[in-house]
Amino acid sequence: MTVLLKAQGVSRAFGGLKALQSCDLEVEKGSITGLIGPNGSGKTTLFNVMTGYVKADAGTVTFDGTDITGFEPDKVFARGIGRTFQLTRIFGRMTVLENMLIAIQHEEGWLRGMTRSKSTKAEVDNAREWLDFVGITRLADLDAGSLSYGQRKLLELAYVLVANPDVILLDEPAGGVNLTLINQIAEKIRELNAQGKTFLIVEHNMEFVMNLCDSVTVMNQGTNLVSGKPADVRANPLVLDAYLGGGDDDDEDEEVSVNG
Amino acid sequence: MTSKLKYLWWVVALAVFAVYPVVETNPSDQTIGVYTLLFMACAASWNMFSGYSGYIALGSSVFYGVGAYTMALISIHAHMAPGAAMFWLAPLGGLVAVAFAIPIGWIALRVRRHTFVVITIAIFFIFQLGAINFNFTGGTGGLSLPFIQWNTSYYSVPFYYVALGIVIFATVLSAVVRRSRFGLQLMAIRDDEDRALGLGVKVGAVKLTGFALSAFAIGMAGAVYAMFQGQIYPQFVFDPTFDVSVALMSFFGGLGTLTGPLLGALVLESAQQYLTATYSNNSLYLILFGALFLIVINFMPRGIVSFFIDRRRRALAAVAASASATPPAPAPSNVGSLV
Repeated sequence: MTVLLKAQGVSRAFGGLKALQSCDLEVEKGSITGLIGPNGSGKTTLFNVMTGYVKADAGTVTFDGTDITGFEPDKVFARGIGRTFQLTRIFGRMTVLENMLIAIQHEEGWLRGMTRSKSTKAEVDNAREWLDFVGITRLADLDAGSLSYGQRKLLELAYVLVANPDVILLDEPAGGVNLTLINQIAEKIRELNAQGKTFLIVEHNMEFVMNLCDSVTVMNQGTNLVSGKPADVRANPLVLDAYLGGGDDDDEDEEVSVNG
Repeated sequence: MTSKLKYLWWVVALAVFAVYPVVETNPSDQTIGVYTLLFMACAASWNMFSGYSGYIALGSSVFYGVGAYTMALISIHAHMAPGAAMFWLAPLGGLVAVAFAIPIGWIALRVRRHTFVVITIAIFFIFQLGAINFNFTGGTGGLSLPFIQWNTSYYSVPFYYVALGIVIFATVLSAVVRRSRFGLQLMAIRDDEDRALGLGVKVGAVKLTGFALSAFAIGMAGAVYAMFQGQIYPQFVFDPTFDVSVALMSFFGGLGTLTGPLLGALVLESAQQYLTATYSNNSLYLILFGALFLIVINFMPRGIVSFFIDRRRRALAAVAASASATPPAPAPSNVGSLV
């Protein structure tokens, strides 16, 4: 197996808070990798560093053998790394279909964008296919701002997929959505993974992570604690300690599900 | 059918504007027409960037003034024969405005929201101070352009049609941008700039292009204004109330819509000019405008045009819902957000 996405010795401080301290992470090509850890352990910051939203103080990020440390988010996306956000971010005053069309354009220069219409028929068809894939085609012409939370999650997933990235970073895809939708999302991820897409998933829902992921990395206090198969990680005393003994006032669910 | 009907409305509106100076031969009413059209062009062009992208620029009179001074300085120093040939300087005024907009945008667009607004205001005052204090601008005394000796009974008419041409240009440009991918990118920036960046939108280039593009028609309007007046003063072409007016006209009509700024400028500027001319009272319109704005902001927070579009959409959705068993389309949720 080759490593597709790799963070090495990444550190980042916000004022006095060391959000990341020499953190390592490897995502193998074609895998579904889980990233778990207590709240505030630096998972989202690591995502932000890898996708260019936050500059690392130290360390490197490599993608497919190329050093992409410090790349702007649009460049990172153009390379083939798509991501979603923990709090879904969609374009509320544009239609669902227009949301989809935004993501396609990394293929062309900005000047070209001025002289062409907002979509070709092929692009619309492609966008509709992906909407269909996540099951929200019927909402295509609505303002995205009128979607429910779960529908927004699906839209965010769809408009990342429409750009055909090689690796997709999902920040809490199951957060705040009902069980049926969680299963639906998990199923979609498996389906895409079977087609060769690589996933890196931050998630608090242990059942979701343990069932879905090939390998799991646990973070604690800004660094990677343990990596391995879900079953091994689950039994690791360090992990139990990080979750249970860390003194974090996390919600009860994840502590229970780690035990269970 | 509905889209055909929409085109018909545009044609009717254009026809009304085209025959106005023929029907209305009173020179002072024709003058009101010129000012109204100039503001319509500026509001439409301002909206093409600020309305679509959400970057509320309050320094657009910089471009108006630059256009005006381009017209004045070149016509004076080139000893141009007073007359219609001077209209050719209007596009040049637009281009000079764009040339100024590029470095201004490059600086101002590094910041967002309130900071952006403040920076554009600051840049505006730099230009006003410059125009007052430099020698080549004539200082507070301003500049006198070559005197055009057209008959006062039809003096305004050529300006009216040139201004109408600028309005058409600004409107067509807004429509084209709205339908282009570039316009889609501007609106994505308005909704969530960071997310747009993360989906590959080159936000820096897109913003700067939109900003510079919107300066063109405003510069042209400024140039035509200078020629129309025959005399310009720094405090009138670099005018803070111009900045606010253009923005308010767009808010009033409907920020980010195609017809909103046109409608806002048409109603507000013609009303202001009419009231000023009729009652020779410069501040009467302020009272009326205040009342009008209170009503619009309270009951139609997204502007008049958006208000009616929303209502029509809801009505259509209700019809669709009662016609089929599928759940009704939820109404747009962001009513109430102004910027």
